[in-house]
Amino acid sequence: MDLVALLAIQVLYAVASLALISVGLAIIFGMMRVINLAHGEFLMLGGYAAIVATSHGISIWVAMLVVAPIVVGLIGIIVERAIIRFLYGRMIDTMLATWGLSLFLVGLTTAIFGNTTVGISAPLGSIQIGAYRTSAYTLFVIAIAIAVLGAIFAVMRWTRLGLIARGTMQNADMAAALGVNPPRVYAVTFGVGAALSGLAGAVLAPVSGVFPTIGVAYVAKSFITVIGGGAAILSGTVSASALFGTINQIATFVTTPVFGEVALLAAAIVLIRLLPQGITGRFFRRGL
Amino acid sequence: MNGRSLNILGLVLVSVTGLAFMLLTPQLAELDTVLDLTVYMIMAVLALSLALIWGFGGILCFGQSAFFGLGAYTYAIAMFNIGESTLPFLLAIILPAAFAALLGYFMFYGRISDVYLGVITLTVTLILFNSVNSTAGPEFHIGTARLGGFNGIPGIPPLNWPFNKTAAIDLEGMFYLATGSLLATYFGLRLLLASQFGRIIVGIRENERRAELLGYDPRAYKLATFTIGGALAGFAGCLFANWGNFVSPTIFGLAQSAQIIIWVIVGGRGTLIGPVIGCIGIQWLSAALGANQPSGGSDLWSKIFANAPLILGVILIAFVLLVPKGLVPTLGDIGLSLVRRRRAREQRGFEPQQAE
Repeated sequence: MDLVALLAIQVLYAVASLALISVGLAIIFGMMRVINLAHGEFLMLGGYAAIVATSHGISIWVAMLVVAPIVVGLIGIIVERAIIRFLYGRMIDTMLATWGLSLFLVGLTTAIFGNTTVGISAPLGSIQIGAYRTSAYTLFVIAIAIAVLGAIFAVMRWTRLGLIARGTMQNADMAAALGVNPPRVYAVTFGVGAALSGLAGAVLAPVSGVFPTIGVAYVAKSFITVIGGGAAILSGTVSASALFGTINQIATFVTTPVFGEVALLAAAIVLIRLLPQGITGRFFRRGL
Repeated sequence: MNGRSLNILGLVLVSVTGLAFMLLTPQLAELDTVLDLTVYMIMAVLALSLALIWGFGGILCFGQSAFFGLGAYTYAIAMFNIGESTLPFLLAIILPAAFAALLGYFMFYGRISDVYLGVITLTVTLILFNSVNSTAGPEFHIGTARLGGFNGIPGIPPLNWPFNKTAAIDLEGMFYLATGSLLATYFGLRLLLASQFGRIIVGIRENERRAELLGYDPRAYKLATFTIGGALAGFAGCLFANWGNFVSPTIFGLAQSAQIIIWVIVGGRGTLIGPVIGCIGIQWLSAALGANQPSGGSDLWSKIFANAPLILGVILIAFVLLVPKGLVPTLGDIGLSLVRRRRAREQRGFEPQQAE
């Protein structure tokens, strides 16, 4: 029984972390049809921002939940203004340019921070479940994921900003005719997506440590989640994370973490063969 | 001069330079230069494999290094188990091709878009890298070959003459083999592209729907192109495993995949000579940057200039934004417009404007 509870928490954690690392990408892809291959590096920068801020005496909570999103969000806006905006409508070129950006950022952080892993210890200690102990931080990550997804839902559903964003997503020309400035919406969207990635990177930094090439570990999983999810941002991310996170965690439990990832990929390829439009292409079509 | 004679001139130029390079280099250059040039030639074969599937087939594969690595690993593992290189050599081509065919089946028959295709190939590469990287323990072995995980497989036996185990290839022989393979690949692809098959795949790249309405099945043609590309990359991988007598998981890595893309985009999509030039140029640049690395240099600028990913990233962004067609087509365009302008100036005197 305790083992089942523990496994349930692990699965929930896998789903939550998958949703966290994917949601920033899902927003950028879902709203702007931009594939951001530097997504993993945004996560990595979030981790570094949190660590640098903590080492300057800022509380770890502030560093993770405030500093990291702001820093990476600003970087995102700069990137959008300097590179992405010239490439709208040229999907392949955007992918290539953001891949170049990814290499550039990896090189830059290697030059600045060196090619070593820096870590911050996870706060909150551990909790007891029957005969087993697990880190309380795991529960914190799950809570953050729920909070982030809830906040996105609230903003998209009930605020004017969300209305404008959804309108621009559906028909940019029509939105422009109604007085919205699509380039500004795109810049803000990209910034928000980057900020959420920074938040996710910072929140996961105590779990995994941070090193310049850590983005590689995230990028494949988050892309698979976004593609598996399909066009709808929230329901797509949630359903795909639930599916892939569960598969990943159970395969990890039975074999090793590496084969957990292999199982995740295999499941994703089969899913895309069956549902080329992703999960939300067939189910939850009216979701957000 | 019309297009056809220009084409023939190009072919003659490439074959004369290529043959001269192949025959003269070992006579004139030092052995270590020959060794460096060998790996450039091998990588150029790899560049050609992507030039075919991306530049002509229109399939953006971010995971060409997966087939390259698979070829290298297949050769290494088969070589340790068999000890004679004929079968390992063939396996190193067949296995990546089969893997490409399987992956291609899922992608092309699922009719996923170009962008998803890029992401899936990228993911496959990463997963392969992670899987092979984690096989360090002695319990991971295939036959007598230990996989070695992140340590790689050292001491791979070299190729030998088919069915003659004693006649192993030496360093100079490796150079001839690599350069010969590059020339053979180049001309082979030229022939392929001039054939009906080649024209159909270019037609599909230009307009898939139209090709389909004309009765060609784009899925099958794309699958065939992708499989040929996989086989070529595996072949390059086999040569690479021979060159260093060593493979490690980094050849599956993202950096390797990115390099191949950069070679093609710098040289120019839709040409064959462009990616070869791009490949050799970028590798030369990377080597020069690496050589400049000051020993113990600690100030930021020296770290930045010795940092290959950083420089490659900047090159990639700059080319996508500023020279999206790549060097060779852009230079071609400039040359063509110069010729046109001069011709127009000559003709303006005697006759009315004539359409080309």
